[in-house]
Amino acid sequence: MTLRSALIGSAALLAMAAGPVVAQELTAVSFGGAYGAAQKKHMIDPYIEATGNKVLFEDYSGGIAEIKAQVEANNIQWDVVDIEVIDLERACSEGLLEVIPRDILPPGDDGTPAEEDFFPEALANECGVGVIFWAIIYAYNTETIGGGPPSTIADFFDTETFPGKRALRKRPQVNLEWALIADGVAPDEVYDVLSTDEGQARAFAKLDTVKDDLVWFDSWSQAPQLLNDGGAVMVQSANGRIFGAIKDDGRPFEMVWDSNVFDLDVWAIVKGTPNKDLALDFIKFATNTKPLSGMQDVAYGPTRRSGAALVDPAVTNDLPTAHIDKGIKADGIFWADFGESLGEKFNEWLLQ
Amino acid sequence: MADIALAAPPAATRLTREEAGFARRELTRRRLVAFGLVAPLLIFIGFAFFAPITTMLHRSVYNPTVVELIPDTLTVLEAWSGEGTPAPEILTSMAVDLKRLANERTSGKLAEELNRGLPGTSSLVKSTARKLRRAEDAALATDGATLLLDANPKWAEPELWQTVRKVGRTYTDTYFLTALDLERDAAGSIGARQSARIYVQLYTKTLRIALVITVLTLLLGYPLSYCLANAPARTANILMVFVLLPFWTSLLVRTTSWIALLQTNGVVNSVLMSIGITSEPLEMMFTEFATIVAMTHILLPFMVLPLYSVMRGIDPSYMRAALSLGSSPIPAFIRVYFPMTLPGLSAGALLVFIISVGYYITPALVGGTDGQMISNIIAFHMQQSNNWELAAALGSLLLLLIIGLYWVYDRLVGADNIKLG
Repeated sequence: MTLRSALIGSAALLAMAAGPVVAQELTAVSFGGAYGAAQKKHMIDPYIEATGNKVLFEDYSGGIAEIKAQVEANNIQWDVVDIEVIDLERACSEGLLEVIPRDILPPGDDGTPAEEDFFPEALANECGVGVIFWAIIYAYNTETIGGGPPSTIADFFDTETFPGKRALRKRPQVNLEWALIADGVAPDEVYDVLSTDEGQARAFAKLDTVKDDLVWFDSWSQAPQLLNDGGAVMVQSANGRIFGAIKDDGRPFEMVWDSNVFDLDVWAIVKGTPNKDLALDFIKFATNTKPLSGMQDVAYGPTRRSGAALVDPAVTNDLPTAHIDKGIKADGIFWADFGESLGEKFNEWLLQ
Repeated sequence: MADIALAAPPAATRLTREEAGFARRELTRRRLVAFGLVAPLLIFIGFAFFAPITTMLHRSVYNPTVVELIPDTLTVLEAWSGEGTPAPEILTSMAVDLKRLANERTSGKLAEELNRGLPGTSSLVKSTARKLRRAEDAALATDGATLLLDANPKWAEPELWQTVRKVGRTYTDTYFLTALDLERDAAGSIGARQSARIYVQLYTKTLRIALVITVLTLLLGYPLSYCLANAPARTANILMVFVLLPFWTSLLVRTTSWIALLQTNGVVNSVLMSIGITSEPLEMMFTEFATIVAMTHILLPFMVLPLYSVMRGIDPSYMRAALSLGSSPIPAFIRVYFPMTLPGLSAGALLVFIISVGYYITPALVGGTDGQMISNIIAFHMQQSNNWELAAALGSLLLLLIIGLYWVYDRLVGADNIKLG
């Protein structure tokens, strides 16, 4: 071997070794706010420290429209996305997400194999790996509420005992479920009733009874703000947002867990990303016991049984996992079927 | 300019052949240079204006998804009469297609399209595709119909197949019909939509809000422009800064400051309550009122600027002449001054009206549910329901509506009457 060919050979080797190192930059996208900060602290930063890879961490407001636009234009900018299970079902079956093989997931810190360590819901869809359990609850301001503390979802619709504005997120999801439960439908029959025309009419009729007292908001961050500035005396909210307002800002808020609608967020990989291997590597890291248990900072429950063991006992009672018996699971398949038609009916109802 | 070179010269100085050829080449060169200079603009307009609008218009009627996904089934489905369960070979073809889609992970796309035509179909398509994924090709080819019906008996329902046929067209008027709250029934005749009817109502509301805003900006802007145009130069300049300062401030900042003013515990309510006009805070935020107030404020400069520049150009001696010829001030104003301001007024009114018809951000922030306009529902279909075809149809209708209004305006007032300065 001549010196020349040896040089070329070693240069090629170097290039091969250096190539992937240069490309090790990942774009992860999540919901921002306190939740995003907790993810940065427990997942992103430790990953950067452990591997030396760069991670761009961006915010979005949920939904699958942006992912769809990137995949359809074949211009993938996001690699890993935190996505709500309610959207996951649809995104996965439309071919917008990569399938994540289960055998790459590491066992829990206590040695339990991943498939047993994760709660079954966290691995239910082949395109995602569960990050948090979270719940939609309603909260009230103890200083502005009249008529004694509300405790059930029926109280939310009882404007005589508890006068004042109520704030709901402007979409049919969860609101229609709550309307039916408040109207006397058994929680486990809600989605069956809601898939009939009569059931839908019944839900809207129940919403009608409080329509004049409703305030609508678009993003979860508005919920604690409305409760604080007097825009409403009761608000629908993601439990973590109210938890943060109580714990960090000392607000006089109280959560009501009756008929909470709980759901999961998962990490998913956008279809066709050039960084798929790196994305899988990140997900392996971020869904390990310890990073997952860090989500208790914002009162979201870990999706691994081994992570639940690491939760501070003082927080346990604020996690959705402690109130699952009072709640119902958001039905992603139902909303994939009826999201659009109920969305239209909901808009029509709003305009009436 | 270039024509001079070609103008027929007197016979005595007729150009030689070479000279004429040179002149022609020179002319061509100049034309090329001129074209080269505007070319970037033309290319920009083509890319940034015509291409997106053409794409939008096309997208509102073109939806090849289903045809691309299940071409074979659609071909055999043509033989179906439209009543009763389709023949077994049609069901078999669908079963084969569904298995292929399941393996390609595109069954969700078919599910979404069918679900749009018949809500509740999404899970039917997806669960059937999941079940058929494990079926053997040979069994599927001979006995696909049975397997399909075993997976879910709903596949026997004619309503489902009518939907398949309806969404299985490459070019469709469905989205335009939906945007007009219409639909085709099974027989193909057009009638009012059975489910939600919202879009016509929203178009009307959008036009009404835009009209109210135009009238308000006119009522506020006309006297203001008159003051500005007739004040001494120094005062006028200072006043002009007050008009332009908000114009230069970010749109978001101005909208957010209206939130601070109008919210339940906001500035306006505190003032009203402290001077005893109301005892309860008024609900002003998240209403149509908030949309109108904030948009009137934001769009006011678009009315003031054209009016001002036109009024500046009006010679005051016309008014003086009218008065000295015996007219009273008000008739003189109406018959002499006002007609001369019309070009500025039409320009301002047209600007404000057209901008407000397509306004998005302010209604989204302060409008709540009452104050939503058509652009907000277009954004909803772009971002949340992912129904881009319907969003395109709604957008195209909005474009047609504005072109239509402009045409009416041109017939009534004349577009050459518009004057921006």
